[in-house]
Amino acid sequence: MKVTLAVQRRNSEAGPDPYEQRFEVGVEPTDRVLDALMEVYRNQDGTLSFRKSCAHGVCGSDAMLINDEERLACKTLIQDVTEQDGDVITLAPLKHMPVQRDLMVDQGRFFEKFRAAKPFLITDQEPSEREFIQSREERKLFDDATKCINCSACYSACPVLDENPEFLGPAAIVAAARFVFDSRDKGLEPRLDVLDTPNGVWPCENHFACTRVCPRDIKITKLINLTKREIKKYREARGETAAEAK
Amino acid sequence: MIHEFDAVIVGAGGAGLYAALEASKTAKTAVISKLYPTRSHTGAAQGGIGAALGNVDEDNPEWHAFDTIKGGDYLVDQQAAKILAEEAVQAVYDLENRGLPFSRTPEGRIDQRRFGGHTRNFGEAPVHRSCYAADRTGNMILQTLYQQCIKNQVHFFDEFQVLELLLDGTRVTGVVVFELAGGEVHVFKAKAVLFATGGFGRMFRITSNAHANTGDGPAVVMRAGIPLEDMEFFQFHPTGIKGMGILITEGVRGEGGILLNSGGERFMQRYAPTLLDLAPRDMVSRAIMTEIQAGRGVRGDRKIDDYVMLDAGHLGREVVESKIPDIADFCKTYLAIDPAEQPMPVQPTAHYAMGGIPTDTDGRVVTADTLYEGLYAAGECACVSVHGANRLGTNSLVDLVVFGRRAGRHIAEYVTGADMPSVPADAGEAVRLRIAELKSRRGEHPGPVYEKMQSTMMENVGVYRDEERMSTGVADIQALREAFKSVRVQDKESRFNTEVLAILELENLLDLSLITAASALNRTESRGAHSRVDYAERDDHQWLKHTLAAIERGAVTITYKPVDTSIWEPKPRTY
Repeated sequence: MKVTLAVQRRNSEAGPDPYEQRFEVGVEPTDRVLDALMEVYRNQDGTLSFRKSCAHGVCGSDAMLINDEERLACKTLIQDVTEQDGDVITLAPLKHMPVQRDLMVDQGRFFEKFRAAKPFLITDQEPSEREFIQSREERKLFDDATKCINCSACYSACPVLDENPEFLGPAAIVAAARFVFDSRDKGLEPRLDVLDTPNGVWPCENHFACTRVCPRDIKITKLINLTKREIKKYREARGETAAEAK
Repeated sequence: MIHEFDAVIVGAGGAGLYAALEASKTAKTAVISKLYPTRSHTGAAQGGIGAALGNVDEDNPEWHAFDTIKGGDYLVDQQAAKILAEEAVQAVYDLENRGLPFSRTPEGRIDQRRFGGHTRNFGEAPVHRSCYAADRTGNMILQTLYQQCIKNQVHFFDEFQVLELLLDGTRVTGVVVFELAGGEVHVFKAKAVLFATGGFGRMFRITSNAHANTGDGPAVVMRAGIPLEDMEFFQFHPTGIKGMGILITEGVRGEGGILLNSGGERFMQRYAPTLLDLAPRDMVSRAIMTEIQAGRGVRGDRKIDDYVMLDAGHLGREVVESKIPDIADFCKTYLAIDPAEQPMPVQPTAHYAMGGIPTDTDGRVVTADTLYEGLYAAGECACVSVHGANRLGTNSLVDLVVFGRRAGRHIAEYVTGADMPSVPADAGEAVRLRIAELKSRRGEHPGPVYEKMQSTMMENVGVYRDEERMSTGVADIQALREAFKSVRVQDKESRFNTEVLAILELENLLDLSLITAASALNRTESRGAHSRVDYAERDDHQWLKHTLAAIERGAVTITYKPVDTSIWEPKPRTY
């Protein structure tokens, strides 16, 4: 079948306004959108700029807006976003990050927030044996959060970031939750200075946009709410007030 | 722009990150990666990391070393395999202690599963040796190591791509690197350079490898005059998703999944009566191709792209969802099937390069007679050789952790006693001219050359080989290297010009394809993943030796280096 890729192109954030360019591509319905992009890139227009790597949804390079929704181009089949021969698929860069070129966005600030959440094991206990002993139930508590690939689809979809670009954002909270709920980690305390602040977890208003678009099916909103609950519990136990109420 | 570091690590997958963590303890270290952090292909490894912890079954590193050597069809350097198996145990504990979320046994220990070719007591029966985190073990290793790099404030240069290795005689002096964002060429002067750039499966049409797996490290090293080792040995993983090549972990068979031909027969009974579906990958891939050639593939047309079925239905939904959840997700996304209910259509997929940059067990680059001072390699781009003619499943992650760490430690010590080298005043100039030339060429899009390379390699240098096909392969690749001269870069911009890099990656793949095909044609025996119809037997008398190959003046020259067989005498390989 043939489809048309309608790609939003732009040379840089500061340059001229974005414009749409259309490419007609022959594809199979079961091809990935990324395959169609590669076909254009290698045989029609080598100036088309986008990122990609693993091509099966585990590296997080090729998140973009496909028909106005955050998706991975390698995890979206042509048949998922078209109905018939000749259909148009629109492609645009993610939101809330500056456009570098065409479908490439600058994830610098996104990764800064990720690193701020201290996404590494913080512990002062030695393992009781050569490994830490962790029950299957304990392991399960943070399993969902380990699936994140930092594609930033959630960061683009989050309506709170429309209004407040300083919000920590869904992915960084997931990165923190990954350790907050790990029995081997000191958990919440070392991360309170990031999470329990006016731009930490509290701006989240439960729109569920992040959860809807996550290509790894992480229940992000739930993890944010569990983290909020954990902070409240922690503060209440000490007679303190969480930043939410301040 | 000229930078100066004690150590430069090229590549930010598992081997590069582990080396960076160790090197940065004493050395001012830069990590150069053409991808953003955590995008590297280590993250696609699924089934586990082999280590004889003995958490589930009795096990010991000696058995692991033996399995590795036998699995590699005795082309493995045996002392290196011993190090691999022994140090794997502590490496896994270190990763766990640093936060890696391994799946757990009912007692709360690191859980282990069975994997191909890993056995109890020198081949008696499969053993639970693969330590795993569901079916995203590589991703968890990559993330854990990156987390530690954040904690230790390792200095990253993201989206910087290596284009040239600078040597002064046999001593490393630095690398020339292209910065994607600005399009500038940078020179990194360094006492030590480690290549950890991963594999190059993109030379084949059906592959589990990422688009980024273009062999930049080996190609750049080879162009600096250093030959590559054992390039004829390329692993085809038996179970890639039909037509796409996406990996379906051997862990599926480790958990009890079985392969079926069109008649519903569990055909591995005929090929490996003891280990069955858990025989090493080369044997299982050959078995699948033999079934297909006999008309017992699902379509039954005997064509190279026919397929068989991998059935996990009898494992039950609970096992599928808890132990192979990502596989279930891939099946849903790409095949619209539920592996708890329906079998998965699979075919062999180009997966792993056993060959690469020749190193010793400290990651130092060394050929038959030359040690390159300050130059290191680790992970898939390196050839220690611990995988010989065929790598066992889970040993890639063991390799990158064990030898990434050893190389990093060696670098940390080496740089304290070494002087900062100087680089020529015109360093980087050749690369600048080359890029300008590519941009000014009139010519063709790269697509046809790319496609032809992948199809000729798939058809002529695949699972089964013979002289006629490999000769065709060599001739095709030579013609494509000629055709490459009229491929041009259409994109004239300097900012975020991905096409310049894509074209240079294609050139890397073409050079490595030529070396792979020519090394394969040269080896007149069958060993491990190199299986010739016209020379069906292993020939230890002639061929128990490593190949070293390089392109000189347009042709491949081949020399050899001996194999270390100091522990176990080579024996016929049956399972």
